[in-house]
Amino acid sequence: MFARAAASVAVTITLATIVLATIVLATITLATIDGAAAQTANQPPDTMAARVEACTPCHGNKGEGTSDVYFPRLAGKPAGYLYNQLLAFRSGRRKYPPMNYLLEFLPDPYLEAMAEYFAGEHPPLPQPAPSEVSKDVLAQGELLATSGDASRNIPACVSCHGPGLAGMQPGIPGLLGLRANYISAQLGAWRYGTRTAKSPDCMQQVAGHLTEADVTAVAAWLATRPAPTNPAPVPKGTYALPFGCGSQPN
Amino acid sequence: MGSKLSTALISIKLLALAALTTAAQAQDKSNDIIARGEYLARAGDCTACHTAPEGRLFAGGRAMPTPFGTLYTSNITPDLDTGIGKWSADDFYKTMHSGRFPDGGLIYPAMPFASYTKVTRADSDAIFAYLRSIAPVSQKNKPHELRFPYDNRQLILGWRTLFFSEGEFKPDPKKSAEWNRGAYLVEGLGHCGMCHSPINALGGTSQSDAFKGGLIPMQNWYAPSLTSNREAGLGDWSIKDITDLLQTGVSMRGVVYGPMAEVVHNSLQYLNDEDTKAMAVYLKGIAEPSPPPPASSTLPTTESSLLISLGKTVYDKHCASCHGTQGEGKPPHWPPLANNQSIEMQSAVNPIRMVLNGGYPPGTKGNPMPYGMPPFAGLLSDNEIAAVVSYIRTAWGNRGTPVSAREANELRSAPLN
Repeated sequence: MFARAAASVAVTITLATIVLATIVLATITLATIDGAAAQTANQPPDTMAARVEACTPCHGNKGEGTSDVYFPRLAGKPAGYLYNQLLAFRSGRRKYPPMNYLLEFLPDPYLEAMAEYFAGEHPPLPQPAPSEVSKDVLAQGELLATSGDASRNIPACVSCHGPGLAGMQPGIPGLLGLRANYISAQLGAWRYGTRTAKSPDCMQQVAGHLTEADVTAVAAWLATRPAPTNPAPVPKGTYALPFGCGSQPN
Repeated sequence: MGSKLSTALISIKLLALAALTTAAQAQDKSNDIIARGEYLARAGDCTACHTAPEGRLFAGGRAMPTPFGTLYTSNITPDLDTGIGKWSADDFYKTMHSGRFPDGGLIYPAMPFASYTKVTRADSDAIFAYLRSIAPVSQKNKPHELRFPYDNRQLILGWRTLFFSEGEFKPDPKKSAEWNRGAYLVEGLGHCGMCHSPINALGGTSQSDAFKGGLIPMQNWYAPSLTSNREAGLGDWSIKDITDLLQTGVSMRGVVYGPMAEVVHNSLQYLNDEDTKAMAVYLKGIAEPSPPPPASSTLPTTESSLLISLGKTVYDKHCASCHGTQGEGKPPHWPPLANNQSIEMQSAVNPIRMVLNGGYPPGTKGNPMPYGMPPFAGLLSDNEIAAVVSYIRTAWGNRGTPVSAREANELRSAPLN
């Protein structure tokens, strides 16, 4: 490229004609275009999918999750929920060193774009795995998830996460497509205060009323739920929350 | 009479106008100093330590784990009771310059006063003016948690005798103004030597070892030598590649991760083009042209060749799609591994960590949506990690040495942040 341009420049100086100058310009322009094309070809795809490859060994190519039961599905969750989690991992409020490390120096708009990317992916929900717990335990889980236990101040999961358990925009996640181990680990973290969110921290209040047996039962039942026909989170304000929640401001 | 009065009135008006103009000029000047101080505080990366995660700007309280215990950074907002609101510009300069509090108390050398001592009085005053201008935060400093005997501050006297020489930066008249500006930033505010110089068992660095590289205590990242072209010496880098790396975090030659990502994120990306170029000129200038020969591997030859052969299989399966079959990468975003100093260095800590944990370069103005390297800790065994790192360290003309599965395993438990 340089040899071509240099040779053309030398010719231009010798003859100094407008015609040749035009040819030189054309050569240089062509060379520039060649260079730009080569550079684009030699660049990674300018897509979010290529940018979030660092997420895929644990969360799957489209955020569908992997065989590791402790790594959650991200796909299709409300973007606001995912963004809140990314912010919480970046600041260290939500503690998981491999995530804290990856996100530490990424700016807000980029985290938002990541959240939107995974919120917009819709790989099919996995087939529910057969449960390892007894029918009684599953029945207890179903009762808590769908009706709660007013005597112990436990609201039903569906009262916030929606009748279809698909969540609500922008901040309330769906609970389907997650494995029992992940759900129970998260509920445990809320109970012990190692996972927290913006005040009023609604999930911590709820989890604080749960016993270990409740956690096992709810997690097991949720993991057995089949995929609904429409797994998309419902729009903001579709139903009123039973109490205030910092992650879902009115 | 009337005319005298009007003249007097005009004079008063003029005086008032003059006073207003002077006040406005003074205000402009003070705004200039504050803006300059903010810029210099960025260059000094004060925020990295003096702002806690989710904490208020410069209110301190960030835990700094050290081999001697945990230190907590101090509140440097202008709060009268808990910050530096009662300090004068003199106090601030003396603290930066001598490593002692205004009352004479000794400061732990986690505060890089051995570098800040080189900062000029004018720059110190500007930083102080900026710190005075931010919102005061009432937040008491948390007491340090150092183990015996390190909780005795008098020990710092010994450290100072060995490792601290007080004094502002002295330009080298034989070098260009640009080189000297770069040296001032690198050696002074930038405090690059805090990581890029070997730290001995006493937590100090001798002057002769400056910028020769070392393992960062507690973090277990290797901060490569800035003087050896076998490590991060920039002798054969173009100035543009150096300034790209410093300003955006990515370059055609390599990408920053780990603690250096923090430095680019908090500090270097905010430096102007002139200062960045000055740093590049200086850094290129201190690199030594003739590198010492590499140390030979401690692994038996047969084990090495088995590892490298497995490594190629792992590489072709997991790495080649981004880094290329010949390690050429797609720079700057997918860094080249062939002829990449950070892969070939004697210490294999950084390449092993990158394979285990992946990483994102910092999001910067020049590269707001960086591409990330996936973590392979969950996908590859210790043996496979060692194999692929051995392969990339020796393939395509790279002159590194193979690493063992034990080294890979040990770094699985290295702290991540």
